[in-house]
Amino acid sequence: MIPELGHYSLILAFFFAIVQGTLPLIGVWRNNKRLANLAVPAARTQFLFIAIAFLSLEYAFYTDDFSVLYVASTSNSHLPLMYKLAALWGGHEGSMLLWVSILGLWTMAVTLFAKALPDSFRIRLIAVMGMVSMGFLAFIIFTSSPFERLIPAALDGRDLNPLLQDPGMVFHPPVLYMGYVGFSVAFAFAIAALLDGKLDITWARWTRPWTTVAWVFLTLGIAFGSKWAYYELGWGGWWFWDAVENASFMPWLVGTALIHSLAVTEKRDAFKVWTVLLSICAFSLSLLGTFLVRSGVLTSVHAFATDPRRGVFILLYLVVVIGGALLLFALRAPKVGLGEKFDVVSRESMLLANNVVLAAAAGSVLLGTMYPLLMDALGAGKISVGPPYFDAVFVAIMAPGLFLMGLGPLAKWKKASLPEIGTRLRVAAVISVVSAVLVPFVMGKITLMLVVGVFMGIWVTSTTLILLRNRIVARQDTTPNLVDNLKGIPLAFYGMLLAHLGIGVFVLGVTLVKGYESEQDLRMDKNDVAKIGNLDFKFDGVAKIQGPNYESAQGTFTVTSNGKEMAVLHPEKRFYPVQGSVMTEADIKPGLVKDLYISLGEPLEEGAWSVRIYIKPFVQWIWAGAILMALGGFCALADKRYRIRNKKTDQDLKAGEPQEAHEAYSA
Amino acid sequence: MKRTAKFLIPLALFLIAVGFLFKGLFLDPHEVPSPLVGKPAPAFTAPLLSDSGNSFNTADMKGKVWLLNVWASWCVACREEHPVLVAIAKTGIVDTYGLDYKDTDLEAQAVIDENGNPYKQIATDIDGKIGIDYGVYGVPETYVIDKKGIIRYKQIGPITEEAFFSKILPLVKELQK
Repeated sequence: MIPELGHYSLILAFFFAIVQGTLPLIGVWRNNKRLANLAVPAARTQFLFIAIAFLSLEYAFYTDDFSVLYVASTSNSHLPLMYKLAALWGGHEGSMLLWVSILGLWTMAVTLFAKALPDSFRIRLIAVMGMVSMGFLAFIIFTSSPFERLIPAALDGRDLNPLLQDPGMVFHPPVLYMGYVGFSVAFAFAIAALLDGKLDITWARWTRPWTTVAWVFLTLGIAFGSKWAYYELGWGGWWFWDAVENASFMPWLVGTALIHSLAVTEKRDAFKVWTVLLSICAFSLSLLGTFLVRSGVLTSVHAFATDPRRGVFILLYLVVVIGGALLLFALRAPKVGLGEKFDVVSRESMLLANNVVLAAAAGSVLLGTMYPLLMDALGAGKISVGPPYFDAVFVAIMAPGLFLMGLGPLAKWKKASLPEIGTRLRVAAVISVVSAVLVPFVMGKITLMLVVGVFMGIWVTSTTLILLRNRIVARQDTTPNLVDNLKGIPLAFYGMLLAHLGIGVFVLGVTLVKGYESEQDLRMDKNDVAKIGNLDFKFDGVAKIQGPNYESAQGTFTVTSNGKEMAVLHPEKRFYPVQGSVMTEADIKPGLVKDLYISLGEPLEEGAWSVRIYIKPFVQWIWAGAILMALGGFCALADKRYRIRNKKTDQDLKAGEPQEAHEAYSA
Repeated sequence: MKRTAKFLIPLALFLIAVGFLFKGLFLDPHEVPSPLVGKPAPAFTAPLLSDSGNSFNTADMKGKVWLLNVWASWCVACREEHPVLVAIAKTGIVDTYGLDYKDTDLEAQAVIDENGNPYKQIATDIDGKIGIDYGVYGVPETYVIDKKGIIRYKQIGPITEEAFFSKILPLVKELQK
């Protein structure tokens, strides 16, 4: 009964989405208040019905209702409760339901928090989101209903893929979806502005916080996923350039460009057309990612069952949404105007360069992801484009971007002078060059990549710190007390600092772990000791352990350094009987300077095991960097200038003192 | 007019992409002629996977019909192909030699440990130089090489069971006579 209720709610939600997506637009166009005012109640009712559908499905998982096909294929009665509930998004149908639920959540948030917007604009915004939702609901109802019955019911479920039975599964997908579905708000803002024909500073100011929230979620979601892959997949990699990863990374790159471009539109009334295009692209890439993953045109380790009917449906949807948006853009953008002019050397031009770099990076990832498909479509066979391509191209494109990151925030708006920037950055340049030579020298291995990587990491970090110092010095005359001085600096400025520091920390992490990681593949008998550097890894044997829905062989390793115990690690080899699959659970001792990472290979004769031991220096910095970036986003959001813009700063802007008063833009 | 045209570029690019995506929905892997077919297989010597002390040499293959399968641990399509290669190895009709392309020993070995080893020997091509000689532009690719060292067939993309039985197997039997 409950699943039918869920199914029925979903259909009702679809009808409300149609109302939300069409009538209010007609209302605004025809100046019919009654129709226009349907937007908010329709959106809220739609969300209510989606929520009922979502909870009905969760209820089916909770009660082990194996007469529901989807539950029977992704859950099992022995599955721990946490994973039963998370199994909702463990397959195709449920992931789509999660997608549309999160879209509903965002729409709800818009109806609640976007009150300051002019009515007609707000109504258009909500209507555009309704249209997006309409297509997705139709997709679920017609091609991928999670409520389909299985008669007679299965005795037990086929279980959630053991790879997904991890706390990461509980948090990673919702957070990630919050991120890329969140770009639908920026998309709707852009479409509403194009319909409106008006695109000004206020528009950018409204869009910024929504974009930043989505970006923060996406950053955290991607970081979560990468961390999960690191400890779950058992070979210590943290990024695989898999199609699904790329699908989330492309919107991130474009979203990052968008955040910077929005800053310019807000502060300087420039980059307007570009900002709109980026808003459309960020969400389009989210949708394209969904298509690539769900339609099965690309083989991916994350992909679920493929069905060409679904592919055709999503593609049609893409054509309508993205094609429609781009057509509207082509028709309306010429009216928007390009905005204020600026000098070749200015913060605007640096940010433009930043945007070009980020867009090019996203383009190269898109090309790499689509290339196998292009080749196939051109009749050149199925091929795989892997890390060798991505590593080389991506690094080459991003390196100049990182260099500019150091210069940009120090340049003045409108017109800056290169010698002046040069003087300001002398110290940073010296520190970076010295570290780039010294660090590899001390670590005992020098490669070009290490030198460049360390230079970039330290460059970004040190220029960011110099930025803070300059800010403090500039304010010293008026506020000599250091604490007051620091307090007086806007939060948005701190946000930018944190996010940029995050990039620096991330780059250092990637460089050092790539350059200095060491790996050993060994055969170990009980009580054998493996020596790596000054560390001794002693194998204390393997014990059998019974988990809730698996059996496990758990190894024990004692790690000592010069006789002092550093860690005891318990890597496992688990067997999940329902799916008959074996999982490797690595155990990791994380550290600021290095991670010790052990995973069990295969059992060999006489109690010996093949064992893999990795030492991963600075790998945690990768995720620490991502967290700093997200924190930066939070800081920027907390800045009160996002909500109530006080008049004084507006005057400052006109008085032409941009450097001091308007240095702050979010990450 | 000219101004508006500029703004149509994103739409045009998108529509081109849609064309490819649409075609992609109805595609199956299939063969393409390779300029190397009918020519001698480029000779090389390369260290073996996880055993860099020993090496593989194409000269040792004279007088034997064999398959050269280019693969990598990072290649998703290769994982799809892997069970087919294992099945081919079990038939014992023809030996497959692996060329591990732009990969690390450790990761490649992990794949072999996990999924079984269908290869007689695995040569490594860490920097992809051998791949260039063979005109590899994506993995997986498989070459059928005859007793005289001439490439007789090139399979681009994973070998499916169907491709093996309909193309490769008859060819191998013919060449082995």
